[in-house]
Amino acid sequence: MKAALIGLGSVGRGVAEMIAKKDPGITITGIADSKSGCICDEGIDIAAALEYKKRTGMCGEPAISAMDVIKKGDYDVLIEVTPTNALTGEPAIGYIRAALAKKKHIVTSNKGPIALAYRELTTFAQKKGVALRYEATVGGAIPIMHTLENGLSGNKIIAIYGVLNGTCNYILTRMAAEGLTYEQALMEAREMGYAEADPTYDVKGIDAAIKLVILSNTIWDSGAKLADVDLTGIDLLTPDALRLAEEGDCTIRLIAEAIPGKKILRVSPRLIEKNHPLVVEGTLNALTIETDMAKDITLTGRGAGSIETASAIIGDILYIRDHYGKRA
Amino acid sequence: MSGSILVEKVVRVQVSMKLEMKDSPGQLVAALKPISDVGGNIIAVIHHRDPDSSHHMLNVQIVLALPEGRLDKLVALLKEQGVHIQRIGKERLLYKRTVVLIGHLMHTDLSDTVDQIDSTGFAEVCEISMSMPAINERSTSRVTIKATNRADMDAALAILRRVAQQKSLLLIEPLGEIV
Repeated sequence: MKAALIGLGSVGRGVAEMIAKKDPGITITGIADSKSGCICDEGIDIAAALEYKKRTGMCGEPAISAMDVIKKGDYDVLIEVTPTNALTGEPAIGYIRAALAKKKHIVTSNKGPIALAYRELTTFAQKKGVALRYEATVGGAIPIMHTLENGLSGNKIIAIYGVLNGTCNYILTRMAAEGLTYEQALMEAREMGYAEADPTYDVKGIDAAIKLVILSNTIWDSGAKLADVDLTGIDLLTPDALRLAEEGDCTIRLIAEAIPGKKILRVSPRLIEKNHPLVVEGTLNALTIETDMAKDITLTGRGAGSIETASAIIGDILYIRDHYGKRA
Repeated sequence: MSGSILVEKVVRVQVSMKLEMKDSPGQLVAALKPISDVGGNIIAVIHHRDPDSSHHMLNVQIVLALPEGRLDKLVALLKEQGVHIQRIGKERLLYKRTVVLIGHLMHTDLSDTVDQIDSTGFAEVCEISMSMPAINERSTSRVTIKATNRADMDAALAILRRVAQQKSLLLIEPLGEIV
C-alpha cells in the first residue's frame, strides 16, 4: 500500500520511523512538511529522508509543496499529520478535500478538520468510496474508534465520559499528590515537556472539548461544534480543592462528558471517587463508554506521544488495507 | 444550615440500598416485606426500570430506617426473596452529594448561598468545610447537600449552579453518584 505523508513533526516522524522499522507493507511515496516536499513513486528511503530533515530542517525540495505531493503523487492513502488549527482546520481541510477528490483514503491525527468539517468530509469520502479515519485524534494510542466501530458496533451508546487531556491530568495528579498550586504544577508540566509555552488550549479545556465534539459526531452524528460545549477549565482550581476532595476519598479530574439523552455536552473539573476507573495518573487518558448491551466499557492508555500516536495511525492504515484491499 | 447540631439519640439508623429484582407483579411488595419484618420502615423508594424491557429486571433504590443491629438480618431475608443487593449505604442521612466551591465565598455572602438551598424545603446543606488561605484570596469549601431523593437533589444542584454563576464561583460537581 502506498502512502503520502503530510507533516513531519513529532507525529509524522514517529509514523515514518515505525513504518521503516516494522515494515508493515506500507511504502511512502511522498513526504511534505510546511517548507518542502519530495515525491518518489518507487518509495522514499525513510531513514535518509529523516536524516536530511534533521540536518537541513527540510524533507525535500522547497519547490515541491504539500499540495503538489497530494495532487501529483502516486499513493493510496494520505497520512495527514500536520498540527491542529482549532479555528479554521486549515491547511489540513484543504489537503483532505484535495486527496478525497482524487479518491484517496485519508488517515489523520489532526483534530481541526474532524471537529470543524466532520459532515462535509465524511459525506465526501463516502461519495468517493474511500475511508476517512482519525483514530489518533482522540485518546492517542487508545483504540477508541475501533472499539466503537467494531467491538461495540451492535450497541446503542448512551453516554461517554473521559479524561481526554494529558496535560490537565498531569497537573491535577501533581496538585493532588504534592499539594502543589496550579501554577507550580503547570511549571512542572512545562519542564517535563507536557505543556506548551501557551497552555491555554489545554488548561481551559478546549483540547478536551474538541475531542468531545469529534466523539459526539462520530457516535451520534450530532452536528456538535466546539461552541456547543459547556466549558470550564482547571486554571482556577486551588490546592485546597484537591485536599478537600481527598478528605472525602475523592479527587478532581477534568472530565469530558456527552449524554445526548440529557442534552449534556460538557468539559469541567469534577469530583470523582479515587477508585473510579477514570481516575488515571499522570498524562494518561481514559474513556468510559456507556452502552445498552455491554454496559460500561473503560479504556485507558497513552493519550499522546510520537510512537503512541503512530500506533493509532498505522492501525488505521492497515484497517483500510484489510477492508478496502481490492482497490488499494 | 442544619449540620451544626447532631443529636445522637437515634437508635434507628437510616440505610440506603440499591436492589435488583425480577420485574413481575407482586415481586416488589414481596421483596420489601422483610423490611417491616425486622421492624424497619421505608422512607423512599426510587424505581429505575430498565428501558430494555426484555431484561425483566427492576432496579430499585430504597431508603429505610431500621433499629440498629438489624441490617444483617434484613440482608439475609432479602437474599432469601431472590433480591440482589447491589449497594448498601449506611449513612444516616438520605440522599447526599458533595460539591466543591471556589471563589470569594465570604464576600459573596456564604450564608445566602446556603440559604438558597435550605429554603427549598426539599434539600439542605448539611456540612461545610472551608479553607481561607488569606484575605482577598479565593477560598475553597467542600459543601455536602442532602435531599430526599434524586430529583430533589438535581433540583438543588441546579439552584447551586445558578447561584455559583451569579456570584462568579467555580462549582465542582461530582461525577456520577458520589454519596
